[in-house]
Amino acid sequence: MWRALKGIFARDLALAWRQRADVLSSLVFFVMVVSLFPLGLGPEPATLRAIAPGVLWVAALLSSTLALGRLFAGDHADGTLEQMLLAPQPLAFLVLSKIAAHWVAAGLPLTAMAPLLGLQFDMAPADIAVLTATLALGTPALSLIGAIGAALTVGLRGAAVLVPLLVLPLAIPVLIFGAGAVDAAEAGRGAGAHLSLLGGLLAFALAGAPLACAAALRISLD
Amino acid sequence: MASSDSGNHAPGAPRRAAAGPLWLRYAAPVAFAPLARRMTPWFFAAAAVLAVAGLYIGFFVAPTDAQQGEVYRVIFIHVPAAWMSMFIYLVMAFWAAVGLAFNTRLSAMMASALAPTGAMFTFLALWTGALWGKPTWGTWWVWDARLTSELILLFLYVGFIALQAAIDDPRRADRAGAVLAIVGVVNVPIIYFSVRWWNTLHQGASVSLTAAPKMAATMLTGMLVMTLACWMYAIGAALWRVRAIIAEREGDAAVEEQSGTERGGRTT
Amino acid sequence: MNWGSAGDFLAMGGHGLYVWGSYAVSAAAVLVEVLGLRARLRRAAAQPGGQP
Repeated sequence: MWRALKGIFARDLALAWRQRADVLSSLVFFVMVVSLFPLGLGPEPATLRAIAPGVLWVAALLSSTLALGRLFAGDHADGTLEQMLLAPQPLAFLVLSKIAAHWVAAGLPLTAMAPLLGLQFDMAPADIAVLTATLALGTPALSLIGAIGAALTVGLRGAAVLVPLLVLPLAIPVLIFGAGAVDAAEAGRGAGAHLSLLGGLLAFALAGAPLACAAALRISLD
Repeated sequence: MASSDSGNHAPGAPRRAAAGPLWLRYAAPVAFAPLARRMTPWFFAAAAVLAVAGLYIGFFVAPTDAQQGEVYRVIFIHVPAAWMSMFIYLVMAFWAAVGLAFNTRLSAMMASALAPTGAMFTFLALWTGALWGKPTWGTWWVWDARLTSELILLFLYVGFIALQAAIDDPRRADRAGAVLAIVGVVNVPIIYFSVRWWNTLHQGASVSLTAAPKMAATMLTGMLVMTLACWMYAIGAALWRVRAIIAEREGDAAVEEQSGTERGGRTT
Repeated sequence: MNWGSAGDFLAMGGHGLYVWGSYAVSAAAVLVEVLGLRARLRRAAAQPGGQP
């Protein structure tokens, strides 16, 4: 089974690498959205510092939601998904390794890009470290939660609009604790409590989302 | 349960309601439609009577509130609407889960039938809350934990309705909606507590809504009677909608034929 | 009895717009739902046969 999981992971990463323009465009979307805020709100450094956690987190949330369309669409089009349903390995684990690959291609680049954007917003180095930590914990949770929405809408016409509608309300706790941690760090209150809650959310999503995803995929392809 | 209800109905060839316990007999949508048809007017009548009684108590018996004056009388619709919005979501998720677990189509239809009514109550809770908030706290909206959660609840309802509307195959729509409703219901407490935590961090803008003054007994009575009225209305509306859903999916001919002689004059 | 006159009742201690705005929109929402349901059931009844 381990081999099957590794196989799916490696295959999805190879596919993502072949279509790296997609990965790049959701990263550019992230950078663009974040860069629009100073233009809209003015270049005052104090203001920028205050809004930075929220802006970066909302942009990361939107960008990772946009990327969800790629998660199952390709496999659905070429029939791989149906083969996964028939595979002897539990579907939830196969889905988990797909989500992991998706995160490496979508969430990890966001996390890596965030420190640079933090500098744009005049954040202190320590706060930037907290920001990166929250994104490292939060984006996998977003990928897991989002995968449920992607699985429910596989093959539907309006999927691109529908997925954000389904996923964004469910992702609100991640946004709150992610942005809250950076906020708390900036205010000197310490981000520990938020980070552990974020970790708790990730653990919960890790346990529940693959099962819900597997159920959703079986329904969608029935 | 599954055996009496699984499989597809071919139009024009309605299946006889299976013999067996009464509740099982009505688990088949085609058998349930006439029952729903007979019950709906009763629930609506009960809702109307209770609403008149509740409004009478609320406007003519309940005294003026010492602090808020007359404007508090919005609570006779606001609080019931807020309660119903949350309660209907739970009931909806319950029926969705039953439908998913036992493969009963009627339960899934019941979940779809409840969603628009639940969304309506959520909207009413937000609307009346805003109209209450303006004169009481001087603002239409505060990012209070309860208000924010209610708004997110509205998003959850909209997501459920939009997902089911986007899927053409009714079976897939039922089951996909069920997964979403269950995921939503698991998330509701997490959302609520995260929003509360978030709210306490940003105390600046918030107004304390928890320090409610002690309520006169008649006020409470009025509120409870109105809640019952909303409850009856919600059941009536859901039964009505479930009939429409059954007619849309199974064909009205199937419904009529099955009900046969049971049916009296035309209602509605 | 709380109200001296019909005018008092409508004024709601100066907050009539808020109180009646709440109840009017609630009544409208219920009316819209009921009418929508009736139309939906009629439409469903008018169609020749449902999907299997």
